[in-house]
Amino acid sequence: MEIVNSNSSQLSNYEVLKHLQQLKDGRKKDKRQGQLATITYETLRYLENTPCNQQTPETITTCLKALERFNLSKNEKLMIINLPPTTALEIQLMIEESEERLTEEQVNEILVIVAEHFPHVQKAEEKEEPEES
Amino acid sequence: MFILVEMKNVTRITPNLFNIKLNDAIASELNKKLANKVVLNVGLCIALYDITSLQESFIFPGDGSSHTRVSFRYIVFRPFAEEILLGKIRCSSAEGVHVSLGFYDIIIPPTYLQHPSRFDETEQAWVWEYDTGDGSKHDLFMDAGESIRLKVTAETFNETCPSTAFVPIATDSAEKTENKTPYIITGSINEPGLGLLTWWDN
Repeated sequence: MEIVNSNSSQLSNYEVLKHLQQLKDGRKKDKRQGQLATITYETLRYLENTPCNQQTPETITTCLKALERFNLSKNEKLMIINLPPTTALEIQLMIEESEERLTEEQVNEILVIVAEHFPHVQKAEEKEEPEES
Repeated sequence: MFILVEMKNVTRITPNLFNIKLNDAIASELNKKLANKVVLNVGLCIALYDITSLQESFIFPGDGSSHTRVSFRYIVFRPFAEEILLGKIRCSSAEGVHVSLGFYDIIIPPTYLQHPSRFDETEQAWVWEYDTGDGSKHDLFMDAGESIRLKVTAETFNETCPSTAFVPIATDSAEKTENKTPYIITGSINEPGLGLLTWWDN
């Protein structure tokens, strides 16, 4: 075993989810894959409960295009896609020195863009709230 | 949180697999070898992504198996520093809060919890003694099963040696290797916005 490139690219949660789902559907006949079944099952169960479950390649690309003008780093954009933020506080966490790099209006713009592209995130939170109170 | 890693390997295919397509046989061998394993300084391997190139196969004298040099890409779990992740609290102990992602556990040591926090022995849970501002304190419990948002602070790889498990010379060292986790990720929640999701709802 030889590692050629230990970080050739980042994958979004959505890409991993789709790949594992395909793998799971195509595998049934093969029973000699050791730990693969365990890890794909556990990872799928985790990913299916994250917002990426309802994303599509189209919404992700258009969202990334809309975010282009904010000069965010690759990692920051990846986090926004993986865990679409719904509050300014979350943006502050994901984006380094967000107070200096982004104005309040820009933060709100990002929130609007994210909400437009991934509307299910907001809906899910609204649903949860009455249960908690 | 997931990355693609390019790797190379010489994969041995035993003759009982000659009836299936070489690609499929190699894919399943690679998954058998790597899935759910930690590779030192690479991360936790999840599943084969694709095979990028296959070179010619060799048969060596005295071995009926074919050996194929293969380049492939593998999906690996390795969050970057400062990445924000969501998980569920699995359990708490004096060592900190154990957060489960389902396939992997992250530990938040006491120093990285919200300040001030204390460990409640009877409830077996960490409590954030939130200062309400008027001098009194409000206890926020971190119960098992709650969703939690955390920031990745550090990762540690430990080289584990499989041979010591079979040759327990000194019981002391054997115990140590058993407890050794090959890949440890520590997280923190000592910033506004981090911690239980319910803390920051409004």
